[in-house]
Amino acid sequence: MKFLREALDKVKPHFEKGGKWEKFYYIYEAHDTLLFAPNHTTNSKGVQIRDAMDMKRLMMTVIIAMIPCLLFGIYNVGYQHFLAIGQPEAGFGDIVLVGLIQVIPILVVSYAAGLGTEFTFSVIRQHPINEGFLVTGMLIPLVMPPDIPLWQVALATIFAVVIAKEAFGGTGMNILNVALTARAFLYFAYPSQISGDVWTYIGGANKAIEGFTGATPLSIGAETVENGKSVVASLSAYGSGWADGIYEFSNMFFGFMPGSIGETSTLMCLIGALILIFTGVGSWKVMISVIAGAFGMGLLLNGLAVNEFMAMPAHYHLVIGGLAFGTVYMATDPVTASQTETGKWIYGLMIGMLTVVIRVFNPAYPEGIMLAILFMNVFAPLIDHYVVIANKKRRLQRATV
Amino acid sequence: MSKFIKLKKGFDINLAGKAEKKIVEVEQPETFAYKPSSFHGILRPKLKVKEGDTVKAGTPILFDKKNDKVLHVAPVSGEIVEIRRGEKRKLLEVVILADKTIEYEAFEKHTVSDINGLSRENIVDQMLGGGVWPNLVQRPYGVIADPSETPKSIFISAFDTHPLAPDYDLIFKGQEQYFQAGIDILKKLTPGAVHVNVNADAEVSPMFAHIKNVELNKFSGPHPAGNVGVQIHHLDPINKGDVVWTINPFGVIQIGKLFLEGKYDASRIIAVAGSEVKSPQYYKTYTGASIKRFVEGNLKNDHVRFVSGNALTGRRVAADGHLGFFDNLLTVLPEGDKYELFGWIKPTTQKLSFQRAFGLFSFLFPNKEYALDTNVKGEPRAFVQTGIFEKVTPMDILPTYLLKAILAEDFDDMESLGIYEIIEEDLALCEFIDVSKHDIQDIVREGLDLIRYS
Repeated sequence: MKFLREALDKVKPHFEKGGKWEKFYYIYEAHDTLLFAPNHTTNSKGVQIRDAMDMKRLMMTVIIAMIPCLLFGIYNVGYQHFLAIGQPEAGFGDIVLVGLIQVIPILVVSYAAGLGTEFTFSVIRQHPINEGFLVTGMLIPLVMPPDIPLWQVALATIFAVVIAKEAFGGTGMNILNVALTARAFLYFAYPSQISGDVWTYIGGANKAIEGFTGATPLSIGAETVENGKSVVASLSAYGSGWADGIYEFSNMFFGFMPGSIGETSTLMCLIGALILIFTGVGSWKVMISVIAGAFGMGLLLNGLAVNEFMAMPAHYHLVIGGLAFGTVYMATDPVTASQTETGKWIYGLMIGMLTVVIRVFNPAYPEGIMLAILFMNVFAPLIDHYVVIANKKRRLQRATV
Repeated sequence: MSKFIKLKKGFDINLAGKAEKKIVEVEQPETFAYKPSSFHGILRPKLKVKEGDTVKAGTPILFDKKNDKVLHVAPVSGEIVEIRRGEKRKLLEVVILADKTIEYEAFEKHTVSDINGLSRENIVDQMLGGGVWPNLVQRPYGVIADPSETPKSIFISAFDTHPLAPDYDLIFKGQEQYFQAGIDILKKLTPGAVHVNVNADAEVSPMFAHIKNVELNKFSGPHPAGNVGVQIHHLDPINKGDVVWTINPFGVIQIGKLFLEGKYDASRIIAVAGSEVKSPQYYKTYTGASIKRFVEGNLKNDHVRFVSGNALTGRRVAADGHLGFFDNLLTVLPEGDKYELFGWIKPTTQKLSFQRAFGLFSFLFPNKEYALDTNVKGEPRAFVQTGIFEKVTPMDILPTYLLKAILAEDFDDMESLGIYEIIEEDLALCEFIDVSKHDIQDIVREGLDLIRYS
């Protein structure tokens, strides 16, 4: 690969100080360092050797952990499409093709819009391009419905990068999770494209078969507050006309149901979680505590149940909606989560509990994890503040004077 | 009241090129240097000699105008051949061309039983005049101890857990009586205890095992268990207003020799180690030795970095440079100034990482040795990863918050988060593992200076 290095070295002077493309140095640098680990050496004093791990590797590990969700999402988009138009016997190739046609453009738009914004800011503000967007750019498509208009994806991505990240000073400084901000933006700005019957891509040429409604398990659960029927029975009865057993517990665990592209499969999220935990990139404390919080709150509501949604078995909360996805990929974002180890427990528990509370008691919004995480993002510094104060107090107690 | 403390947090960096346990006699290096940069906080070094002067081992060559009682003396006898200065005439090194046989300044001699009768004042005066005082390092700040202060206790770490650290049993062999005398002297300087902390994971050498007049504590665990700062934290933590002194065993022995033999003896055994050294082994020499003789013809390749001290806290020196005052190790590392295609993602078993995202299966080979080069392996970034510094800092300290307090120059937070308890070496591992590639030790020193001069 010598020629590649030589080519890069040849154009490098143009980007350096005094060169004709001086302003675009960091764009050059981003590409150079992506291809080649740079030749920088340690300072003359201090640590002379460094750990092999860098930010790129850290972020890339998160992307690798998301790949199972992405691949399954591509398959599931196609699969739901064929279910909805009454051709469940469609071949694997056809299913994947539909999925690819629908998902890849969203992925491309998300990366293009986001990286474009990042590059623009790096040129204007002369700061290096952070690797954080590599993860965000993948997260955004995974939490979008397959039917989302591409211009909305672009708009939401740009909004999130500018308002949620760059306005605060870039990666590492942001208060809110960037990908969730993109989704929240669409939820509030274009509600009709991101809620309601949008979770299954049907396609312009086809018509859904009779009986298909495209509701998600959470909306079915929310309906039981009014109609007084058991959630489990409603879920079982659902889809009997066009996709029997679609909302059985096991099916929801595997993820063959309508929903955002990457978030339907609890199993895939579990694989991602294992990757993140084994590599030490994602905090297991946050993941465990979110699950514990949601399950605990589910049990508590079971105990107090005054309506059928409250009485839904607590473990159903873990497989419906985006809880698993949010837990594994969103709540563990190190920048916006609590940064102290004790704080991570509190932060996770609160997210889990709030998610279930929002789901069950908020009639306007069936999914809770997005709001719960954004809400706790705002509170994370406060949690940390008290953990740090506790540390300071402990230190003061030792003082003899 | 001896204690046993087991530490779980930390990380042992297993570098290739450990020094073989043999002491090799070589012709002594021609030059030796005294480097004020070995000490923090020497503000205005004032020379007492000029080029061409001849000195004996123990002749004062400089002092700090801000702390003029502490004399810095020549490690060997010979002629001052060069006074090296850097930018703004900053004094870098006083280079001495050594005599073939070392001559010593004569100081007062005492017998072992005499020592008990000496007053604190007497002791301090002889230590200051005899050049051994700079061995005493004061916490907080990690600067040369102030003779007018009385520390609440004195700490000696009797083992070194840094990468490629020399074996204390070997380099201090046969020095028991001097070590004991040094301890007896130190005991007079503090109303509190003299703590000697040994490694619980290895056999304790006789020098430390049979020592009297001390509190002998055992520490077990990975690096930084051997760091005296970590030991202080667990035995007698430093709060605002406290002063604790630390000294390494070499310094204790040097004090013992000054009182028992009446001479400033800078002879020491150093290790020359690292993956680029043909035969890593030990050499007998003096403090501040030129490294030239130890590396000539002893290297596997030319493109290397010489580090006076260890790979975590040492300083780069030139091929004809000299070792620092406290250093008994010369580390030779491959220089890492090369590009590597997809170096950040390529799967490999040759790179060491504390984090499993790189070394996922490294736990299967706990004894594997790594030849690490000096490449930074990444670019500087904002703080992103959390909870990782805590895993290598076996103290009740939140390093990220402390570092942010320093960067924000928030004095109250620095104090309450524990700046008094650390010096650079205590957070060196954080700097090693940091994915954002901050210069953490520089930040720590910045904080210490801010607090000290505020």
